[in-house]
Amino acid sequence: MIPARAGTFGLSAPGVLLALFGFASLLAPFMTLAANRIVEGKGLTAWQLAGPEVIYPGLLSIIIGLILGLFSSWPRVRLAGAVLGLAGLFWLLSQSAPQLLQGAGEYARVSPGLGFWCLLAVLILLMADALTQLSPRPMTRLGLLLTIVTVLFILLGSGALSDLSIMKEYASRQGAFYNAALRHLGLAFGSLAAATVIGIPLGILCYHHAGLRRIALPILSFLQTIPSLAMFGIMIPLLGWIASTVPAAKAIGIAGVGFAPAFLALLLYSLLPVVANMVSGLQSAPESVRDAARGMGMTLMQRLFRVELPLGLPVILAGLRIALVQNIGLAVIAGLIGGGGFGTFVFQGLNQTATDLILLGALPTVALALTAAIVMDVLVEVTQPSQSAQHTQGMPRKPS
Amino acid sequence: MIEIDKISKLYDGVAAVDEVSMTVDTATITVIVGTSGSGKTTLLRMINRLVEPTSGEVRINGKSTHSVSKTDLRRRIGYAIQGHGLFPHYTVARNIAIVPTLLGWSSEKIDDRVDELLSLFALEPDQYRDRFPAELSGGQLQRVGVARALASRPDLLLMDEPFGALDPIIRAQAQIDLRRIQQTLGSTIMLVTHDMEEAMQLGDRVAVMDQGRLVQYGTPAEIIQNPATEFVANMVGGVDRSLRLLSLFPVSEFVEDGSAEGESVEANTSLRDALSICLWTGRDALPVVQDGSLLGRVTLDAIRKRAAIS
Ligand SMILES: Nc1ncnc2c1ncn2[C@@H]1O[C@H](COP(=O)(O)OP(=O)(O)O)[C@@H](O)[C@H]1O
Ligand SMILES: [Mg+2]
Repeated sequence: MIPARAGTFGLSAPGVLLALFGFASLLAPFMTLAANRIVEGKGLTAWQLAGPEVIYPGLLSIIIGLILGLFSSWPRVRLAGAVLGLAGLFWLLSQSAPQLLQGAGEYARVSPGLGFWCLLAVLILLMADALTQLSPRPMTRLGLLLTIVTVLFILLGSGALSDLSIMKEYASRQGAFYNAALRHLGLAFGSLAAATVIGIPLGILCYHHAGLRRIALPILSFLQTIPSLAMFGIMIPLLGWIASTVPAAKAIGIAGVGFAPAFLALLLYSLLPVVANMVSGLQSAPESVRDAARGMGMTLMQRLFRVELPLGLPVILAGLRIALVQNIGLAVIAGLIGGGGFGTFVFQGLNQTATDLILLGALPTVALALTAAIVMDVLVEVTQPSQSAQHTQGMPRKPS
Repeated sequence: MIEIDKISKLYDGVAAVDEVSMTVDTATITVIVGTSGSGKTTLLRMINRLVEPTSGEVRINGKSTHSVSKTDLRRRIGYAIQGHGLFPHYTVARNIAIVPTLLGWSSEKIDDRVDELLSLFALEPDQYRDRFPAELSGGQLQRVGVARALASRPDLLLMDEPFGALDPIIRAQAQIDLRRIQQTLGSTIMLVTHDMEEAMQLGDRVAVMDQGRLVQYGTPAEIIQNPATEFVANMVGGVDRSLRLLSLFPVSEFVEDGSAEGESVEANTSLRDALSICLWTGRDALPVVQDGSLLGRVTLDAIRKRAAIS
């Protein structure tokens, strides 16, 4: 990763861009105040939110944060700037919400506005850019992720944000939220597990038999091109018919709507990345290495477990990563056919035109997908077979 | 002894190898040489059954290669290839230990063997044992590849263009090392190359292949002096033939009594180099020494006689 060293005066090019966009975002409505959860709210810029004792510290933190992000040669300072900016952002959000609600009526709702979301994106990008510059080791990245998740949970659990509309939506359906979360995870990970159990042996077979490969991969590619709504649409009559003709299927919970069709659709979608990456992972061992392994008298299984799988593991895991992230996103559609998951809130929200209910479904989905992507990336990196002594022994450090 | 008996391989009815028969003596180097596509690799790979012959048989020390399982057969036959084929995720030591491990050797025995081979190939064991292939030079990779092929003391070592990826200087050194190691260990080697120079240099016997057929099989001298076909004659090269022939013999075989003026040459100098010295220094004879003592002389006349293709 090449540190961004562009520009004169040691200014970071992405930093400048982010700062400009960030300052512009300060002019957009930071929060909206609405009479109730359905109607459209009125936008309020950051300096209209509350008294100076709230606004000045918040705005100052954001501005200083954006400025610290400019210095290309100090990635740690840039990272600190991003953290400071984020702190300011959430300070404004949590401190002004109760003040805005005061005297605004019983059903009044406050929500983050366009300006907030833009600044959030800018500061997260700044953080990501600074981290890329620092290129932390895999375990450090995992530690950072854990820290961020913990901070997020503390923030949500502390009640500091409970005056926000989205948190009110959450408060009124806590039980449903946890069920949806469990169901969402069940759909995404369950279908991935099933795809792994089917896809890994299928991938190995495809690797060994060119004929099977020529049939299986195009079929899986075709499945992948079916639009998700259409796929769920096909599942309903298909599984409905199976449930009505095979009593045993019905007994184990297979039905036209609900969990089963959603699970099956996700399974079909994830087979392509799992199988295709399995095949190219196994093929990634150099031809001369595979030839030598055969020539030395290794059996099929010995070659698989000692050569092809270890050398292909990063590619194979990359396939699982694609399938998992894709499943977490696609599982939202399950909400439409009674499959549960966060999609339930999204579609309820769409019906009621309640934006914050939609967000209650969408935001956890995005957070989940990002977390899964980061964890899987770390996994892919640490399974890179060590090909130099530095990884295994640790080079003696130069005294500096 | 390796007996190849009327072995053929057809691909879609076309013979890649066409009824090849030859016998290879134990503890010799046999080089299979031919142009690209002449069937050398296919012939070699039929010996360890990486390619199954369409017809014919290979016997090693009298036993058919089909009397044992493929994996058992391959574990008894060393195999070294152009791209060295070292496992990138294994250290040098683990790479060399692959076949001994498959054969169930004890770990002490394996460790000793690894160190022995590394030393034999001039790689300091303490320094190279734990390195990964990515940390070696091209010449070192090639040496480890050959060491790995020799690890279990195989009955036979098959090498397919083992020096193909090396630059000329390292390549020449690798050829010298292979000769030395083959003589030390008494190995039986079959080596494939498209380079006639290499074939002449390394082979006790040379098999020339053309379009799947074995067109000539003999010592390098026989092949240069009596090429069986036009194709072989072209391969050994028209004008260079006499010089090639001279490079096959050391002066020690042509020493005669008598004295000569000027700087002496070592007994293992080739006639070709001796000729070059004669011409360069304008002498008709050179003194020959071995281990510091004078053996006699070699004359320009004797060299000229040997070079004439009878
Ligand atoms: N697996 C195969 N399928 C079809 N044809 C092959 C196969 N392997 C080799 N051949 C053909 O057999 C001939 C000999 O090939 P090869 O033994 O690799 O030659 P060499 O090693 O002398 O260059 C070539 O014409 C090649 O195209
Ligand atoms: Mg070849």
